Amino acid sequence: MATPDLSVAIGSLTLPNPLIAASGCFGYGLEYEHVVDLAALGGVVSKGLFMKERQGHPPPRIVETPAGMINAIGLQGIGVHRFVKEKLPLLNAAGARTFVNVCGTTLDEYVEVCKVLSDAEGVAAIELNISCPNIKEGGIQFGCSLEGTYGVVNAVKKATHLPVIPKLTPNVTDVASFAKAAEDAGADAISLVNTFLAMAIDVETRRPKITNVLGGLSGPAIRPIAVRMVWECYNLVKIPVIGMGGITDARDVIEFMLAGSTAVQIGTQNFVDPFVWTKVLDGLADYMTRHNIAKISDLIGAFDPTPPKATHA
Amino acid sequence: MPPVDIDATVIANVRLSRDYSVLSLAAPEVGTRTRPGQFVMVKPTGVTDPLLRRPFSVFEVLRNGAGEVTGVSILNKRAGRSTKRLYELEPGDVVSCLGPLGVPFTPVAAPRQAWMVAGGVGLAPFATLAETLAASNTPTTLFYGARTADELFYLDFFERLGITLVLTTEDGGHAAGRHCIKGRVTIPLEDALKAVGPAGAMVYACGPEPMLEAVAKLAARYNQPSEVSVERVMGCGLGGCYSCVVPVKHGGENANLVRSCINGPVFDGAELVWD
Repeated sequence: MATPDLSVAIGSLTLPNPLIAASGCFGYGLEYEHVVDLAALGGVVSKGLFMKERQGHPPPRIVETPAGMINAIGLQGIGVHRFVKEKLPLLNAAGARTFVNVCGTTLDEYVEVCKVLSDAEGVAAIELNISCPNIKEGGIQFGCSLEGTYGVVNAVKKATHLPVIPKLTPNVTDVASFAKAAEDAGADAISLVNTFLAMAIDVETRRPKITNVLGGLSGPAIRPIAVRMVWECYNLVKIPVIGMGGITDARDVIEFMLAGSTAVQIGTQNFVDPFVWTKVLDGLADYMTRHNIAKISDLIGAFDPTPPKATHA
Repeated sequence: MPPVDIDATVIANVRLSRDYSVLSLAAPEVGTRTRPGQFVMVKPTGVTDPLLRRPFSVFEVLRNGAGEVTGVSILNKRAGRSTKRLYELEPGDVVSCLGPLGVPFTPVAAPRQAWMVAGGVGLAPFATLAETLAASNTPTTLFYGARTADELFYLDFFERLGITLVLTTEDGGHAAGRHCIKGRVTIPLEDALKAVGPAGAMVYACGPEPMLEAVAKLAARYNQPSEVSVERVMGCGLGGCYSCVVPVKHGGENANLVRSCINGPVFDGAELVWD
């Protein structure tokens, strides 16, 4: 059998494989250049960027929970101008396909950041961060109302030629309706899920485990919920779905693809194992060989809802 | 050199006390690359609770009889779930070990003296630094404080290297025939700073944050340089997560939150900003 074809298409964008490094879990990509070949990934999503630099929240910013972690970094970042000047040329030189995670406290700021990126050389796509649970202004305010989601996607689409991928929050009653609002507003794809709003208390001191009190839960603990949400969105919209939430290995990637993901993002597992990428790529090729699948894109939404056999296994 | 990630077999886990153990790992590729002050990220393999690795200063670079590097050890203090698991490991168990990581200490040379200031588990980075300093015949003193005398470890190790020991315990108890000053380790450090000669001293520190602050401020007051190794909650060790930030100030700039995993864990004591 020929080498398995791992390539996937997100609108006009073709990726050599479906693995994308998730925003906030991979720095600006360059931090990992010495442990992973950035060109070998499907893509890299930058840390969230506003117009200006941000300091983020005071530490402690993370706490571990069973099979997961809660974070409230607070979108510390260097701002879009410094990113374009200092990071983007190096990402391009490394052969990375760079997705930029765009944040805003106002609708105008989203539009302005996207304009700066449109004028820059070598941005593959924009991921619109309308789902960060950890900042007070902007972000999730847009992501938690259908009108807000439609409005920001619509405004950004008018301001840029780049593919626009809103990143959806799971902290809503019906995430698929937000996927639909994004599609109606012209989104080229959607990505989900961002983290689940969460909290952990130190029972000895009765105080919060992290400074921001609330944070976002990620890691394997959230995976089954994320798979369900991807499946719901896939059934409602026609644009590609980029799935994420607790992926640790090739098996998890396949699960998300069967549920309807065209590509996937890996986040927290990159903290656990920065060498995860080649292991997953090897695992995908192995799965495809075992199941005699020539093109990985054939797996997208190929979930079979026939009830499983009752066994004692 | 880039860090390596090894499924490292536990060679030994020597319990020094009810809370402390020295965990020796078969990781020659990590050991040969390690410089004093660098750290490794460690967790038991195959578990999701704890999910993340924990940062540990490399304690010793291990060698066999022929002098070849065979691995590294870490000084583990049982504090939470993860360190409890590590305390309970037995030879033959396997841990994930990523490293070496981070900015090392800058070893000084004679005539300048080297003063290492350790509080509790903060002893960890000083065994390898002591070896480096001893090899260059740099006059070196270890100021080492603990709550009680039975939590002062590896004293013979440092004495064999020719390191001068200045010990303190909070209860004034003495350690196996060695005199311990009652109180904080900063008491004898300040006495030494008052009497420092013209060649000066480089002050290295690792331990609880209030101790680091006191040491950095004392060194600055007596116009001596300092390097301190900080410990913050760390997610990845590679600069990806922005969890482990500390406020740092260069010259007249405003303080910036920088990542202690890649910009540290060793910082110029004069540049750290204390709350």
